[in-house]
This record gives sequence, structure tokens and C-alpha cells, in this order.
Amino acid sequence: MPSLLPSPEQLKANPDRLPDAVQRALDVARERADLRAFISLCDERARRSARHVRDRLLAGDAPPLAGWIIAVKDNIAVEGESLTCASRILDGYRARFTATAVERLEQAGAVVVGKTNLDEFAMGSSSENSAFGRVCHPLDPERVPGGSSGGSAVAVAAGIVHGALGSETGGSVRQPAAFCGVVGLKPTYGRVSRYGLVAFGSSLDQIGPFAASCAGVFDLLCSMAGRDRADSSSADVAPPTRGSGLRQPERPLRIGLPAEYFVEGLSPDIESTIRNVVEHLRRSGHSIVDVALPHTEYSIPVYYIIATAEASSNLARYDGVRYGLRSAEANDLAQLYEGTRGDGFGPEVKRRIMMGTFALSAGYFDAYYRKAQQVRRRITEDFASAFQHVDVLITPTTPTTAFRQGEKLNDPLAMYLSDIYTAPANLAGVPALSVPAGADGDGLPIGLQIIGPHFAEERILQLGAQIENLLSGAAA
Amino acid sequence: MTYELVVGIEIHAQLLTATKAFCRCPNRYGDPPNTLVCPVCLGLPGALPVLNEQVVRQAARLALALQAMIHPRSKFDRKNYFYPDLPKGYQISQYDEPFSTGGWLDVEAGGGTRRIRITRAHIEEDAGKSQHQTDGTTIVDMNRCGVPLMEIVTEPDFRTAEAAGAFVAAIRELLRHIDVCDGNMERGSLRCDVNISVRSAGSDRLNERTEIKNLNSIRAIERAIAVEAERQRTIYERGGTVHRETLLWDEAAEELRAMRRKEGSDDYRYFPEPDLVELVVTPDYLTNVKAALPALPWELRRKYREEFQLHEESVHVLAGDRAFGEYFDELLSRGVQPKIAANWLQGEIRRVLTDQAWTLAEFTLPPARLAELLLVVQADAISNSAAKSVFRTMLATGASAESIIAAEGYAQNADDAELRKLVAEMLAAHPDEVRRYRDGKRNLMGFFVGEAMKRCGNTANPKHLNKIVQDLLNAR
Repeated sequence: MPSLLPSPEQLKANPDRLPDAVQRALDVARERADLRAFISLCDERARRSARHVRDRLLAGDAPPLAGWIIAVKDNIAVEGESLTCASRILDGYRARFTATAVERLEQAGAVVVGKTNLDEFAMGSSSENSAFGRVCHPLDPERVPGGSSGGSAVAVAAGIVHGALGSETGGSVRQPAAFCGVVGLKPTYGRVSRYGLVAFGSSLDQIGPFAASCAGVFDLLCSMAGRDRADSSSADVAPPTRGSGLRQPERPLRIGLPAEYFVEGLSPDIESTIRNVVEHLRRSGHSIVDVALPHTEYSIPVYYIIATAEASSNLARYDGVRYGLRSAEANDLAQLYEGTRGDGFGPEVKRRIMMGTFALSAGYFDAYYRKAQQVRRRITEDFASAFQHVDVLITPTTPTTAFRQGEKLNDPLAMYLSDIYTAPANLAGVPALSVPAGADGDGLPIGLQIIGPHFAEERILQLGAQIENLLSGAAA
Repeated sequence: MTYELVVGIEIHAQLLTATKAFCRCPNRYGDPPNTLVCPVCLGLPGALPVLNEQVVRQAARLALALQAMIHPRSKFDRKNYFYPDLPKGYQISQYDEPFSTGGWLDVEAGGGTRRIRITRAHIEEDAGKSQHQTDGTTIVDMNRCGVPLMEIVTEPDFRTAEAAGAFVAAIRELLRHIDVCDGNMERGSLRCDVNISVRSAGSDRLNERTEIKNLNSIRAIERAIAVEAERQRTIYERGGTVHRETLLWDEAAEELRAMRRKEGSDDYRYFPEPDLVELVVTPDYLTNVKAALPALPWELRRKYREEFQLHEESVHVLAGDRAFGEYFDELLSRGVQPKIAANWLQGEIRRVLTDQAWTLAEFTLPPARLAELLLVVQADAISNSAAKSVFRTMLATGASAESIIAAEGYAQNADDAELRKLVAEMLAAHPDEVRRYRDGKRNLMGFFVGEAMKRCGNTANPKHLNKIVQDLLNAR
């Protein structure tokens, strides 16, 4: 990863350099417009923020994230800044409040420079479904960076920012992290407030951080996590203690390898890379255990029923009545709705709204939505049982490395299968991390996924840090 | 062929709370349009609902007053449909696990009492208000969006329009009495829909029903039921069929109009609200709520009639108005007898309130002050007419009863010697009458007392003077 900016630690120690560093980030973001990682930049806010944090540091205050320069996915609200969700239907809309997670990061000293590009309304696995143009992979512009948080992953991978926020519903932080070679975390459901995150699949959504290292992700999590009274689904669990920073595992762990994740369809390069890392871990003292997660094969259908059902309801508010796009041809109410939503939503969003509406409709609710929730409980139980015998699970993050743009756009089902290793953790609400584990024959990054029990973010990040150490040691 | 009327009622009552059901906006009527709004009740992207505890408290009070079964666990569901005054495109309501089921309300109609069974009562949020303009546009005011409602559904237990009207009046009185709803049907804080069918007398099968909306007064309810019953009777008499439909009552024309059916309007695609947790109501919570409930109107009426033996008008005044009832209790708690307290409230005090256009809250004499006066009346130490004069002086000057009685010489025990002197003078002035009295004409006592009153001033207590006259007559 190029280091275009001084590190957060360097900036914290040299506050006067912060405004320049922030300006540099803004400049590079513009220079690299070819990546289309950003939809908008928050110049005023960023500059003001940089001066403010610098002043705090000079006054002797030491907010924990001072020096951090970050980007925020454009489905997360930042007051006064545009909030597009990469959709035409939010044309001209500016957020009226800031998401709790962002507020906490800013209070901790982080500076937000811009809003990143994504699949429209977070629906996609390639960041190609954007009304503002597709995001490019930082190593190969013909490839996708993954999605839906592609812009955030690229902004970090290209060194434009130190960290970024994305969002997860079925893998939208981990999968682009894996494709782009950065660290991405999906926290436990309820760990981070959803207030200000534009809802897609409410029972699955979580804001998740990207950074270049596990220690960086941990730092961001410590500031963001914790109960928020504005979000009734947020857990009453204290954030992890930052202390002196992320440590490595303090005792040997029992690492489970679920058989269901090492099957046909998984690229041989990825499989061998993962197994190689696991072998390193075994040699360093951890024990490796085979486990079974028998209901894994139902994850994708269950995910797509529940997520689209919730989405069909969450996206009903985009109707042209109060904000955003309103169809010019609306002569009556039906035309207002059909025109606005017909013009405003992209094809993938429409597809999912229709699927979700169908799954909830009279006569089908029991067979689809209710059944999916029942199977979801089984999937959750699979993890709970496994965690009675192991401390963490290791799996590949994705079945393939970054694919070519357009390759899966005409095959929605093939696109949906990119989530096969990530969606189960969203359904069960457990925390999951993707760390860079190597590269394939084409030099494309490979991600290794670590999954833990509820609220065990620190444990999985510690193991991730050890893997980073092992791999940098091995590479040296 | 005689037909029997079968009617069920659905009531929507706005709950009296400081803020709305799921956000902090004030719950108030009459403000300028779209000023009592926030991201949550406007359905802005990223906003989330948070349940207001006062709503649960008011719902519990209402359910307790209806003798309903409050479920320890209930949940919220989304009711999905598109309409401009519904910003999220769904209403947060309760579908299959409502707040309470069962309960009843006794209603006096047709000279008897009818027990109306309540099917269920659940919590939901109100929508905004649409106003259709003459130029074909519609304007929407979102102030009402998110105001908490309780929907109360009855069994089809009504057999007359009168009973239906009486029920709505009784529920209105009850809800006002316990401060759960202000029952203003014109403003829409209490709304009523009626489901109506007819069947041959003696049948226990239910025929098809129609629904009548837009009933803004008790009278409208009774009229509309009568009109629709007649329409259905006529259809059956001609051998026709009644179709399920929704009708709007036109108050001005006193007729029913069919509502244009919306396409696919009945599939609300209910599913559990993922943004809110389960609603849990503990026995301790309910005990606490019950303890704070005032006595219910029918409990009060029984007490006033049977225990205190008050006559109907007093019962009506005291049980019908919480403020009067509380003032009455305050007087009793200071030792005033029920009948005296009731007579004064229903008489002198109501007169003053009417003359001054005051409510009882604005009445300047607190119960403690009035009690001082009434205790003197009770002890027979002052005549009623004197008391009324003292009362008026108390209102005018704010002085205490005691000081006024002393200053004006109304007290009967003081100045006995003076009275006795005056009475003796009076008797000396009427020697013939005294002789006739002694000879047996006992009814001259009235004459003597009258003459004594003239000499002593009309504010003297006749009973007391009577006693003095007798004393003096017997002494001779």
C-alpha cells in the first residue's frame, strides 16, 4: 500500500502538519478521480476539522484518533454533506444530522475528508451498481474492488486516507477488503450504532471500519462502539478497552476450519494461501480443529430473502414526496411514485425491492420470510455450537479474487454467490474480519476471514495482528 | 322479515404524552404545519425509532381501565403501504401480538345495560394530515406523524345505533377521566370507524359487512349506522347482496359515499419491526401503573349513589368531571360531610364558575379555605344564608371564613347576651302573643322567631333564635 500521508501517530506528534496532510488527502482524491472512489469531498468540513484537532493537540488535549484522516461511505450521514447512496433518487439531498458512529470518530479527533462510492443503497458485491460510475480496483482498473463498500476499500488501499467506514449487510466490508488487500471488520450486530446508516437490511446492517492494519481497525472500533440511545438495536456492551493498543493473542487459540467453506468453487490459489497461513499459526502454538457448520449452504437464499424483504420496506420512503428526486411527469399520485422510483432506482435495487416485496406478500410470507427466519436461527446455532469447541474460525473471505468489471453484472445469481463466505456471519450477528493473506498468481490480493463469537472483536483482531506479523516476518 | 343490526367499532385514540411515540418531537395540536418534525418522524434516510416509555404507561392505563389482559410480551410490526402522509412508507403498529386482548365496557342504552366486549387494543403511530386543495394539489402536514395512538377494537356486540353512540361517549368519558386521551372528536384525537352488517333476527351467522369512516361526532355515528342499516336491509329485501366496501360519511349531506378502492390496498405485508425490541411489561410495572390510576367513573358513581346517598345531579357533576371529584375528595378529607360538600359544589360553586366563566382550576378558593366555611355550616354555627354571604365575601376579599364571620358578627355563639336582650325586648313588645302562646297557640313560635330575626338582623340563625325565644318563654 503506498504511503501518501504521514501516519496518524506522526501527525499526532506533529500537529502543525495535520492541515497540510488533510489538504494532501483532498488533492490526491481529486488526482485519482479515475478510481471513482469518492462521490463527494468535504473540503470545508475537513479543513475546519483539521485546524480544530491541531488546536486541541497544541492545547495539550490528546484525543485518541487525532491524526487519523478518514473517508465515509456515502450511505452514512454526515450533516450538511451530500448523502447519495450512489443513487439518483437522492439527487440534491444533504444529510440533516450526523451518524452516531461518525460523530464519535470526529469527537475522538478523526478528520473526515469525503464520501465514498458504493453499490447503490449498498446492494451489490462489485461497486458497479453506482449512479456515479463504477469504482476501479487500485491495482487493475479493469477489475472490480468488490462491494458494496468498494470506494472506502479503495481509498484506504490507494493510501488516500488512513481509514474508512463502510457498511455490512452480507459481506460489504470484508469482501472488498479481501479484493483490495486491506483489513476490514464487520462488528457484532449491535456493537456499533446504526443511527445515520441508511437502512438496507435492518436486522443485518452494521457500520464497519477499514484500515491498513488490524491495530488501526481496532483503534477505530474502540472509538465507535458502544450503546447509542438513538438506536434501539444497539447492544448495551462497553467498547473494547483501547489500553496501549491491540496486542497479539496471549494464549494459544483453538482455531476451527469449517469444512463447508473449503469446497468446489473456491479458487485453488486462495485455498492454498489460507491453508499456508493456518499452518504458520499451528506452528506458532495454536491448535487447528475441523468443525462443521451444516446449514451453511442455506445462507445465500436465507440472506437474500431476509435482506431484500427488509430492504423493500426500508426503501419505501424514497417516494419523491419530501426530498430527493421527484418525477417531472407526475400528474397523479401513482405517476409520482412510479415515475420517481422508476427513474430514481437502478436495476439491481429494483430487482431486490421486487424480490423482497414478493417474499413478504400475502400467501408467500410463511413460505419465504418466516421460513428464512427459522433457518437463520439454525445458522446462528451452528456458530454457537462450533464456538463451544473452538475460539475462532478461519475461512477464505471470498471464493475468487477480484473479478473483471461486467463479468457478473448480467448474472445476478453468480454475483450473489460472491457473498457465500461472508453472509453467514451477518445472519448470525457474529463479528468477522478479513485480513490480507497474500496474492494470487496475477498478484491480486487474497483475504483470510476470522470469525469469532458475539463481541469477540478483540480476540479476532489480535489473531489478525499475529497473522500480519507472521506474514511480514515471512516476507522479510 | 325482521332484521337485526350487528355493529363493531374501531377506535383510534391519540395518547396524551409529552412527546411522540418514537421521537422527541412535542405531541401537540395546533402548531404551524411541519414545525413539530425531526429526522425520525419525517422518515429521513438513516433515522431510527426509539419507543417512548410514556406511551407504554398510557397504553397500560387504558388497558387496565378496560379490564383487558395486558400481554407480558408483545411486539411491533411494520404495516407497509404508500401514501404521502406516511413518510416511511410503513406505519409502526402491532399485528399478531398486540399489547392487550379482551376487556369490556358496560354501556347504558335503551333503558338497560349492555356489556360490550373488547377484542384487542394495540399501540401504533399516527400519520400526517393531507389536505386536498381546490386546485387539485394536496398539501401535507407532518406534525401529526408519529403521534402515539391506541387502536381499540370491539366485538360486533352492538345491536342498536344508540348503543354504539353510548359506547363511544362512555369510552370518551373514561379516557378523559384517566387522562389518557382528550377525546376531541372534531380535532381527531378520538376517531371512530364502524363495521356494520344486518342479518335476519335470530340468526347467529354474520353477513358481509361494510366499513364506515369519517365519523366525527356521536351523532354522526348514530345517523350513519341508521342510514347504512336501512341501505343493507333494502338490498336484502330485494334479494340482492351486500358487498364488502368502505364508505365515507358525508356530514353535510348526511349520506354515505363509496370510497374509491385503491389497487391492491389490502396486502400490508406485515413483518416484525427490526428496529425495535420486544415490548416487555412486568407485573411490578403494572402494579405501579394501577396504583396511580384514579377511581374510574362507574366506581365513583356507585360510591356517590350508594355510600353517600347523593342525588343524581350531584352524582353526575362529581363523577363526570375529575376536577370536581378531586375537589369533593379534598373537602371530605377535611371533615366536610358528603351531602354538604356536594350541595355546595353543585350549587354555589358551579354558579360562580358560570358567572365568572372559570374552570374549577381557575376557581380562586382552594378546598382548604372552603372547608373552613363548610365546617362552620356543618356545626350549625351559622345559617345557610349567612354562609352564602361569607362565601361571596371570601371570594371578593380573599379573607378567611373565620375572620369574616367574626368581623360581620355572623357567629351564633358570640353575643348571646346581646341576642337574649333583643329577644326579651321583642317579647315584651308583644304581650298578647306571648299570652296566646302560653295558652296553647304553639304556632306563634314562627311569628316570634320572625320578629326576633327583624330585631337581630336577618343573618341571625333562626334555629338559634328559636332556642333563645323558647328559653325566655319557659323562664317566665
